[in-house]
Amino acid sequence: MTKKNKKSGSSGASAEEHRSDLIDITQKRFRIGDYLAEKIIKGVAFLSITIIILIFIFVFREAFPIFNTSNEVKQPGVEQPKQAAQETYGAVTDSDPKPETQETYGAVTDSANKPETQETYGDVTDKPVVPEKEGLKNAKLESASKTGKSSYTVSAGSGTDDNQSAVKTLLTKDWVPVSEKPRYGILSLIVGTFKITLISMLFAAPLAILAALYTSVFANKRMKEIIKPTIELLAGFPSVVIGFFALMVLATFLQTIFHYDTRLNSFVGGIAMGIAAIPIIFTITEDSLTAVPKSYYEASLALGASKWQTAFFVILPAATPGIFAAILLGIGRVFGETMIALMATGNAALMDLNPFESVRTLAATIGAEMAEVVFGDTHYNVLFLIGSLLFVFTFCINAIAEFYVKGILMKRIQGK
Amino acid sequence: MIVDKIHTENMFLYYSTKMALNNISIKIPEKKVTAFIGPSGCGKSTFLRSLNRMNDLIDGVKIEGKVMIDTINIYDKNIDVVNLRKKVGMVFQKSNPFAKSIFENIAYGPRINGINDKNQLDEIVETALKNAAIWDEVKDRLGDSALGLSGGQQQRLCIARTLAVNPEIVLMDEPASALDPLSTSKIEELIVQLKEQYTIVIVTHNMQQAARISDHTAFFYLGELIEYDKTRTIFTNPNKKQTEDYITGRFG
Repeated sequence: MTKKNKKSGSSGASAEEHRSDLIDITQKRFRIGDYLAEKIIKGVAFLSITIIILIFIFVFREAFPIFNTSNEVKQPGVEQPKQAAQETYGAVTDSDPKPETQETYGAVTDSANKPETQETYGDVTDKPVVPEKEGLKNAKLESASKTGKSSYTVSAGSGTDDNQSAVKTLLTKDWVPVSEKPRYGILSLIVGTFKITLISMLFAAPLAILAALYTSVFANKRMKEIIKPTIELLAGFPSVVIGFFALMVLATFLQTIFHYDTRLNSFVGGIAMGIAAIPIIFTITEDSLTAVPKSYYEASLALGASKWQTAFFVILPAATPGIFAAILLGIGRVFGETMIALMATGNAALMDLNPFESVRTLAATIGAEMAEVVFGDTHYNVLFLIGSLLFVFTFCINAIAEFYVKGILMKRIQGK
Repeated sequence: MIVDKIHTENMFLYYSTKMALNNISIKIPEKKVTAFIGPSGCGKSTFLRSLNRMNDLIDGVKIEGKVMIDTINIYDKNIDVVNLRKKVGMVFQKSNPFAKSIFENIAYGPRINGINDKNQLDEIVETALKNAAIWDEVKDRLGDSALGLSGGQQQRLCIARTLAVNPEIVLMDEPASALDPLSTSKIEELIVQLKEQYTIVIVTHNMQQAARISDHTAFFYLGELIEYDKTRTIFTNPNKKQTEDYITGRFG
């Protein structure tokens, strides 16, 4: 009893003591830590968005001169070196210079043959056989030295004629950027990219989704703990290793099965890219399948459905938005995949729907040619145009997906 | 004459080593409503779930003794669990319609049983929805998502979904505990109607509900079946002291 009394007495006293410093809510306090944290987070978020927009603007700006067909007054002094550079370029690829070619070439690009131009042409071709790379380097150096610092403005101001003809060739299927008469037909590249994306998705999506379904619904706990990290490990696999594997092993293996002529083709490339995309699709699909409420599973079983009926008719449909997102991420990966495309697809810009023909993708084209292109050249601009195309395509896919998932799928599934 | 639809004898259930049900022997009559009452964690839901082997989904569950439905031990080795669950349907505490349209929710059960004829499905869906007393509310929007319905409607939809498979026994695990009084009374009316065709076993925390709708009541406490009798007897003149204490609200 006494103890209790003491306790209550002391607690009463302490309560009275506390009353003196009650929490004051009448005065608004400035919390510097909160303020700073908020501002920093905001700043970082805006910075990242700005960087993305800036990249976008940069790529577009580099691609823009192609469409610049206005009739600006050309300055002959500036135009000349540009031409020279181009001709050297052409000459290098053409090892056997004939006078007729020389003439026609001159006639096509410029009605007035200038002596300087011809000289450069002769100079280079007089040399014995120049290895292509070295030749390209020479050409680059030459153009750089002649144009001086203002190589960018040169291309913007001078290339009107070239650009006009380049724009005309854009929507053809011939991608021959290094030639006397360069043609920049990107149609075959676009078709190739979509073809390879389709092949890789046809290969990867069913595999990844079924694997995820197994892991999520059928596998026991221990299996799950093995399978999931193992497949996810593959996501961190360098694509150059997958490309190498496809180049050395997969291509030969598939050729012995399907007996096609071209060893490296869109089929091999598509499957290799599918391998790269599987972990991404698998992980996200598995997560969205696991996120389907367990009550669906129980309800379906309680109705007398078997396990696979439940998996296919209840759990899989309920996870469609997640699976959709997973496939889109996979498409994004394949779309922008450069290394595997470079190594395993054959890189021939053929416009053909046959999966056993070589293809060249948009990303691989940039990857292969950007390092060897003349800065400010039409070819350079076209490569940036391809870059912006990749941007636009990815953006469109995401926008459509967003609209589809939010607008249609969610409405149908959740009734909102 | 009253036929015993479900009959357990000396049934024990263990979650790995922990005993959850201790020597349950009970006879549940056909086409009656039997209510299980008891405090949380006393094993009544566990017992209910073992009647259509939903406990199989939980790792480490071990069952001893006999659980007979129509004189067949459902824990025999060669029992087809899928068909057992068609025979013994279940409605869960939380309404769990599938992320499909109202029609598809009901048609799912018949479909997996191989009924694909559109007219037949229409008929089954309509009958089930009428039996669950929700037809008038949803007949104009069968194509809408079931998740857009209110909680009470969803629960009745789940009951309709269970009825569409045409089970013999319907197990209900606190079907009205998450609902407002109005929806609850609708479900209770429904249960009373349904007992003409089905054997119903219901778990409830609400003793008034048990008193209102059930014919027999079983009182579970700490994994044991303390008392099982006619509902009137349990609520007016219980045999055991524990039962009386519980229903008068002295503990639990």
